[in-house]
Amino acid sequence: MLDFIVLFLTVGIPLSSSLLLAALGETVNQRSGVFNLGCEGVMSMGAFVGMLIPFLVGGQSQVAWYVNVLGLAAAAIIGALFGLLFGVVVIKFGAPQGIAGIGLQLFCTGLAGTLYRHFIGGAQGVYGISTISIPLISDLPIVGKMLFSCNPMVYFAFLMVPVTSYILFKTPWGLKIRACGTMPRAADSMGINVSRTRYQALAFGSAMAGLAGAYLSLCYAKIFTDTLIGGRGFIAVALVYFGRWSPLGVMGGALLFSLAQALQLAVQAYGFTSFPYEFLVMLPYLLVIVVLVFVGKSKHVGPAMLGKPFNREMRT
Amino acid sequence: MSPDLGPITSLRIEHITKRFPGIVACSDISLSVGKGDVLALVGENGAGKTTLMNILMGLYTPDEGKIFINNKEVVFRSPGDAFACGIGMVHQQYMLVPNLTVTENIALGLMQIQGNKGGSLKSRLKHLSKINLEIVRRHIMAISEHYGLLVDPDAAVWQLSVGEQQRVELVKTLCFGAKFLILDEPTSALTPQETDELIALLKRMSQELSIIFISHKLAEVKALCNKVAILRGGKLVYRGNTEDHSSADIAALMTGHEVYLPVNQQTRAPGKPMLEVRSLFVRGDRGNMALNNLHLTVHAGEIVGLAGVSGNGQRELAEALTGLRQVESGIIQLDGKDLVGKSPKQIIQQGMGYVPEERNIEGIVPSMSIRENLVLKDIGRAPFTRFGLIRKRVIDKNAETMRDKFDIRCSSLQTAAGSLSGGNIQKVILAREISRSPKFLIAVYPIRGLDLGAAEFIHKQLLALRDQGVGILLISEELEEIINLSDRIAVIFKGHIQRVLGQGEATQRKLGMMMAGVKD
Amino acid sequence: MKHFKAYYTAGVIILASLLAFAVSSLILCLLGANVFDTFYVIFCYPFSSLKNLSGVINIMTPLILVGVGICVAYRSGIINIGGEGQMLMGLLTGIVVALHIDLPAPFGLIAVLMMGMVGGALWGALPGILRTRFGVSELLSTVMFNYIAAQLYAYALRVPLLDPSVSSGSGDPQTVKLASSLWLPRINDMVEGLPKGVRFHSGIFVALILSVLIFLFMWKTPVGFKMRAAGSSDRAARYGGINVNRHLVLAMLISGACCGLAGMVEILGVHHRGIGNCTGGYGFSGIVVALFGGLHPLGVIPAAFFFAVISYGCSALQINKIPVPSNMIDVLQGLVILIIVAAKLIISNPYLMDRVKRRIESFRKEAA
Repeated sequence: MLDFIVLFLTVGIPLSSSLLLAALGETVNQRSGVFNLGCEGVMSMGAFVGMLIPFLVGGQSQVAWYVNVLGLAAAAIIGALFGLLFGVVVIKFGAPQGIAGIGLQLFCTGLAGTLYRHFIGGAQGVYGISTISIPLISDLPIVGKMLFSCNPMVYFAFLMVPVTSYILFKTPWGLKIRACGTMPRAADSMGINVSRTRYQALAFGSAMAGLAGAYLSLCYAKIFTDTLIGGRGFIAVALVYFGRWSPLGVMGGALLFSLAQALQLAVQAYGFTSFPYEFLVMLPYLLVIVVLVFVGKSKHVGPAMLGKPFNREMRT
Repeated sequence: MSPDLGPITSLRIEHITKRFPGIVACSDISLSVGKGDVLALVGENGAGKTTLMNILMGLYTPDEGKIFINNKEVVFRSPGDAFACGIGMVHQQYMLVPNLTVTENIALGLMQIQGNKGGSLKSRLKHLSKINLEIVRRHIMAISEHYGLLVDPDAAVWQLSVGEQQRVELVKTLCFGAKFLILDEPTSALTPQETDELIALLKRMSQELSIIFISHKLAEVKALCNKVAILRGGKLVYRGNTEDHSSADIAALMTGHEVYLPVNQQTRAPGKPMLEVRSLFVRGDRGNMALNNLHLTVHAGEIVGLAGVSGNGQRELAEALTGLRQVESGIIQLDGKDLVGKSPKQIIQQGMGYVPEERNIEGIVPSMSIRENLVLKDIGRAPFTRFGLIRKRVIDKNAETMRDKFDIRCSSLQTAAGSLSGGNIQKVILAREISRSPKFLIAVYPIRGLDLGAAEFIHKQLLALRDQGVGILLISEELEEIINLSDRIAVIFKGHIQRVLGQGEATQRKLGMMMAGVKD
Repeated sequence: MKHFKAYYTAGVIILASLLAFAVSSLILCLLGANVFDTFYVIFCYPFSSLKNLSGVINIMTPLILVGVGICVAYRSGIINIGGEGQMLMGLLTGIVVALHIDLPAPFGLIAVLMMGMVGGALWGALPGILRTRFGVSELLSTVMFNYIAAQLYAYALRVPLLDPSVSSGSGDPQTVKLASSLWLPRINDMVEGLPKGVRFHSGIFVALILSVLIFLFMWKTPVGFKMRAAGSSDRAARYGGINVNRHLVLAMLISGACCGLAGMVEILGVHHRGIGNCTGGYGFSGIVVALFGGLHPLGVIPAAFFFAVISYGCSALQINKIPVPSNMIDVLQGLVILIIVAAKLIISNPYLMDRVKRRIESFRKEAA
């Protein structure tokens, strides 16, 4: 039984990092008042671009570390670019954000699949980024393998929790973002450029989503498939509600959900095949709905103007 | 644009024009304000006062015209530019972020002003360094002490009362270094007593600052301002000294003609009790008891005015009476029938009419046509529906009748109701409610923001309805409107009816005291 | 400047279409394909033979059904992204019933189609109830229900409904073939003497009839009126005595029923058995079709035809030796959504229109 729990946690904690990165990014988006449902698609593009550069350099063999870093950077940049594109649609033109997000998701997912088939194709993967074992402490029993022998991106994801928290609550930029999400009219009257702030937040948030995708293709699966993201982008959006727009809460949610996913992998690894695995795969999605039911009841928590376009001259 | 102009000795705007789709909000307006002046900018709603001031604050860019400070031309692209020149504005709707503290709110604007001075990479990176709230807090304390404006810098804005928020707004504007204050209808949400205090404070401040005071309450203008500029329909129709004219003259200039709103003169014997409310308890949006043991009776053929500072439970009362808000406990009876626990639809069918507060989003479905809005409450019933199908011709005919009877001005009955002017929207709503021959009508702020012509029409309709034996509850903040129209006046304070006065007893002064919570 | 609004609207639409072409051309260039050839295949290949045109009509059928369903929901103020899941649950319910009933020819077919609608409607009502009772955003819940439905369906195919002849082999799980009396007949089986290539199934008539019925329902009955009122402004509708929540759930019931019917028609018309991947992404394409059709049940018909052509054309790219993967259709659909929602706002923004108008006027003055 202990073995099972260890396996379960060892699979679950790294798995949470892509959810965590995407959800932290979405938290920043939503704090500024923009609801980006296209997160799923941006992750998909990030996943493709992230593995493209290492693949072009070294194919399926190992490449120098900076090539992988370059891949990650490219994923972040492409994510930010798509965030800005989304910004043009929903901030500049004030389009309804829910439906535009679905458009972005279809566009990016399709584009990533199309480009993957053209530039990489087949079932070719990359060597990717391997785990790093921290000397000494990684030899500790149980926790050593669980916590100190992870992929560097996992550490990065968890490092981003305090960083995002600091940005949102301690810096002038974070203050602006929060003001724009709650009462853009007031922010505007104080000389803050609401649109620019929202663009910045979107670029940051979507870059995080791009990184989240790249984690999946470069560090986790080491290959790209059309179903690689598998709804993680949508779950990430739901996690923001779960975490009540706070980075720490989001982290709790990400852990909970990836443990639910890990359960299925662990059960299969242990050969309990008699239990239909489809129901375990379903579990995280079901969990999202249960969580939303409980979060939905309490209002006045999130950014008041979430999803509402701001136009100075339009009087409401 | 040079931000450091020193003290503002004169501010001049010349030939400012601003157009919005279908309307010229400001047309060729020129004004000047000197040092120590207090200029009153008066005019009816929609005369262009707020638009003009938003141009002065850099919120709108004028289509034509120039602004001069100390005889130097300035161009404001954002409010930050205006702050840098020492102009500050207290907007009618307070511009504070509710979930931030007072200090954070003020820091938000301050860093913007300081950030404007240099666009270097270093100053940009500063946006990611830790924010220093201690300096801001000290700054707030200094300002609030100097002007005698007490604020708690660590309170979250949503916890503050309206009066406190206004103080915060003033402190905020002063912290931004304002040497020139613009106040947009600062007294509209205050009780008469609070208003007196504000006027006294502004008088003290006017020794150091220049002020533009926007209002349509002429008594305040007379008490505070030495100069007056009158706007009408986007044009400047008069500017001069306040002393030269009486309130009546200014009012005539504001409206362009002498208008007398109809006054309720005949007193009739009231009919049977039409609406009875006993021991009503209702919760507000934040879970507090918004209505606290409220008792009220309105008879048939009677207008009862509900006076009170907004936020004392008026909204909750109207919503509880129409079934839109859940009642905690208590009794509501319309013509002897219980309303508590009934759905809005059932209450409407029992003869409840409602002219809601936010006419654009509550009274009409903005994207639907006028003809559809006119049958919104009766679409499922004969004669508009037969055999389960809508009868277009009957609906069209109904709309034509209503248009003629209520003087609804529109290019076509097919146009979206949301594109009409406020007065015409109100006529559509009133037409729908009156044509349903209600037993009772709740009218919330029925003439707010309307021009006087439309207001007069609507008041006449209400009085006519009263004469037909309908009971009317008139909820308003304008004491004049209430005193003019009501047979009896009830004063609401903190969700409780303070007292009910007869038509002859009520004066503005007396009502004002009671609205502030003084019992007698 | 009379009729400026018409010119403006037309101008925006033309610019939007040009933008769509420009962006997709750019992507095609990136893929190393000849832009002209690609568009030629996408738009002309579907018309090159009656067989291809029949294929287009077969794609158009579920697109209309889902598109109409999305329209009903969207007009009532709820965005239904759960078309995929509702299709799956509808067709799953229908298949289960089809495997267990034995009714004479037309009644069996009708019963199975009805069951498809019921399955989809119930699955669609869930997010509606969650939204009205618990305030759960339908944008998220419908997506989650898609994944849940996909897993339920996969399980149903793999275990209880598995065709025994597959279980020994390694093929993809599928159900046994349904009785041929339940199939939607092909048009050339119904009408004698049609040219050989005309072979689309009769589901298209179901789709056309449904879109007319939904149009009548939404615009000619009081319930439809109330649903539209609730969708345009829930607050005003509530103040007008309309039970907004009840109409929202009703809208989702109808929307889900349309999607469930789409799934059932797809099975009875094309696959004739339950197999994996049978929804073909129509649940999402239906959103594009609904938006492109102006959110009007009758506008959906030409929109569905247009996207069926593109979709058929895209899937035929590889056989025509054009190196563009068929995922291109997703790219185009996403692009169309983004451009439509932005263009709609540009058209309906009076401030923007006013600014453009004045700029054009000042240009004219300078020129004169």
